[in-house]
Amino acid sequence: MAMEPSPGFTGIGLACRRGERLVFRGLDFTLRDGGALILTGTNGSGKSSLLRLMAGLGRAEAGAITWNGEEIIAESAAHRARIHFIGHQDALKPRQGVRETLAFWAGMHGGNETLVEEALRRFRLGDLAPLPCRYLSQGQRRRLVLARLLASPAPLWLLDEPATALDQNGIADLLAAIAAHRQSGGRVVLSTHQSLAIEDAATLLLDRFAPRAAA
Amino acid sequence: MTAFATLLRRDLRLALGQGGDAASVLAFFVLAVILFPLGLGPEPLLLARIAAGILWVTALLAALLSLDQIFLADYQDGSLEALAVMPAALETQILAKVLAHWLVTGLPLTLLAPLLAFMLHLDHAAYGTLILGMALGTPALSLIGAMGASLTLGARRGGVLISLLVLPLYIPVLIFGTAGVEAAIAGLPVRPHLLLLAALTAAALPLCPPAAAAALRQALE
Repeated sequence: MAMEPSPGFTGIGLACRRGERLVFRGLDFTLRDGGALILTGTNGSGKSSLLRLMAGLGRAEAGAITWNGEEIIAESAAHRARIHFIGHQDALKPRQGVRETLAFWAGMHGGNETLVEEALRRFRLGDLAPLPCRYLSQGQRRRLVLARLLASPAPLWLLDEPATALDQNGIADLLAAIAAHRQSGGRVVLSTHQSLAIEDAATLLLDRFAPRAAA
Repeated sequence: MTAFATLLRRDLRLALGQGGDAASVLAFFVLAVILFPLGLGPEPLLLARIAAGILWVTALLAALLSLDQIFLADYQDGSLEALAVMPAALETQILAKVLAHWLVTGLPLTLLAPLLAFMLHLDHAAYGTLILGMALGTPALSLIGAMGASLTLGARRGGVLISLLVLPLYIPVLIFGTAGVEAAIAGLPVRPHLLLLAALTAAALPLCPPAAAAALRQALE
């Protein structure tokens, strides 16, 4: 995928409100080609909220997120085409087959059959491909969700706790996918509680942006 | 394959696969219609006179029962959130889901209606109008229903709330649907009624998907 040299994916002065509570404010980030950004912080510090803002789900209370200088909410269709957003939930149907599920998501996102087969192989789901999703374990479900990343191309990956429920092999597959993605100029933002061995990744501690309690 | 076709195919497969709700909605339609002759007694003249009303009211209720299917499961398992960040516009995706819903509810209801009309001794002159009217009117039921279903996603007891939101909006479809059949029985022109049903669907087509999309975005925030 051709990517022009750019100021990258940037957020300035972001604030986020969930209900009555201001979750974070004054948050800046920037992410260049091939870059990785790891979001850490205590529960409720806004990791998921920030990822959702980056995906264009919901609006920031203040601030702006831009891609090569364009605000993402101003060109939301183009933004959706360039991201993979993997949230907490699996979005799997108990009766839908593993390959069928992946082919569906790939079809919605401009992937193709070759990429689907490749993604199944890379996440070690080949043997499970004909099974319905209800037979999968938690870790296998997670691998199937992550396989969406490889089943269609997108320059920006937004991953919310991607390593949850994965075993050592699963984590290795995930890290390999992220490394290959970055090698070809892709960017990744992920939230995690585990320490994932991702090379020269920037870390953003969200607790730093928590609004101070009213004195 | 376009995103529209991909999503349509997936929704159809999920609805028609084992455990899908499509069959139970049709079974409800048939059973509920059968209750009327049981309750009112098998008097052909009485049944023939109220057949159109029975069929349309029961079809509305059957459509209402099935509205949960459109978004609820996708909302609960996270599919809806994942769909919302797909490149295709949410409005387009909603239209695909509405079409899938109509194909597994509205269309079979339309096809079943003449069989049940036969049981209710409906005047033979009115069959064509009944079928055509349901074919023109039931898409509006799916479209309006999708709007109601999207608005009640976050709510507890969404089922009751959907009925309160959607049933009043179904009233015009009911009125023109039954009036068309009555007109056919009386030998009056049915064209105006059918045109009005078509107009309701034509109006719902551009209006309901954006409204539903706005409600879904709100629910996903």
